[in-house]
Amino acid sequence: MKKYLFVIKRLPNDGLHVSEHLDLILTCAAFDQSVTLLFIDDGVLQLQAGQQAAAMQLKEQSAIFAALDLYNVTDLYVETESLQQRGLNAAELILDVSCIDRDQLGQFFTQFAVIIPD
Amino acid sequence: MAGVLECPAIVAELYYCLMKYAVQVNSAPYNNNAGLEAYRFIQAALQAGHQVPRVFFYKDGIYHALRHATPPDDEINLTSLWSSLARQHQIDLVVCISAAQRRGLLCEDEARRQGKTDTDVAEGFRIAGLGLWLEASLDADRCLVFA
Repeated sequence: MKKYLFVIKRLPNDGLHVSEHLDLILTCAAFDQSVTLLFIDDGVLQLQAGQQAAAMQLKEQSAIFAALDLYNVTDLYVETESLQQRGLNAAELILDVSCIDRDQLGQFFTQFAVIIPD
Repeated sequence: MAGVLECPAIVAELYYCLMKYAVQVNSAPYNNNAGLEAYRFIQAALQAGHQVPRVFFYKDGIYHALRHATPPDDEINLTSLWSSLARQHQIDLVVCISAAQRRGLLCEDEARRQGKTDTDVAEGFRIAGLGLWLEASLDADRCLVFA
């Protein structure tokens, strides 16, 4: 088993990047690897409640994020500064996340064998 | 020191840290230079004695596998470079099946199954699932994503 970190930094429905990233995440999880997600920069907006992608004929990604729990993907981190800069706070997000400060990220990254950006 | 140098394993330890790399390519050939950088990285890595058993083409990276890519003569043809690299070094060029299908690239048997005709996958590439990406990343010492 390896420790995988998936970094999500893109806006919701910005092409298929995050959707295809989620396929990698679920594949890893389905094969019982240790999977952690980090939402950073615009990626924190993935977890904003009340998105209506279907109204734009786009796929609702929040449903897939909500399903992460079924795959035992529960180690979810959000960068504190990215949230603050976008006027969000962790309690309003659609998933239960832990906040991590920017200056702790360098140390945080060292625990993972594989880091995959979106 | 002379004794140490006679032991090839120790020499290798001393002078190289030989690694096995898993490489993922996420963007299309003309989208940016990521594919070319991946290709050049792999060439350099192989030259230095490292291993790159598999390259996984994901997202828009699947466009590297288009057999009929025909750029003008004074431009590089990345697809044919990949094909010959794979031939020379037995590199497994894997194109993600779900990424490929949604972008219109089907392998021959899948095209037949869907009642379509398609022979667009270039030499040396094959279409397969994300399980092979996972396998490559588990097997490798380092995973690199070119995006």
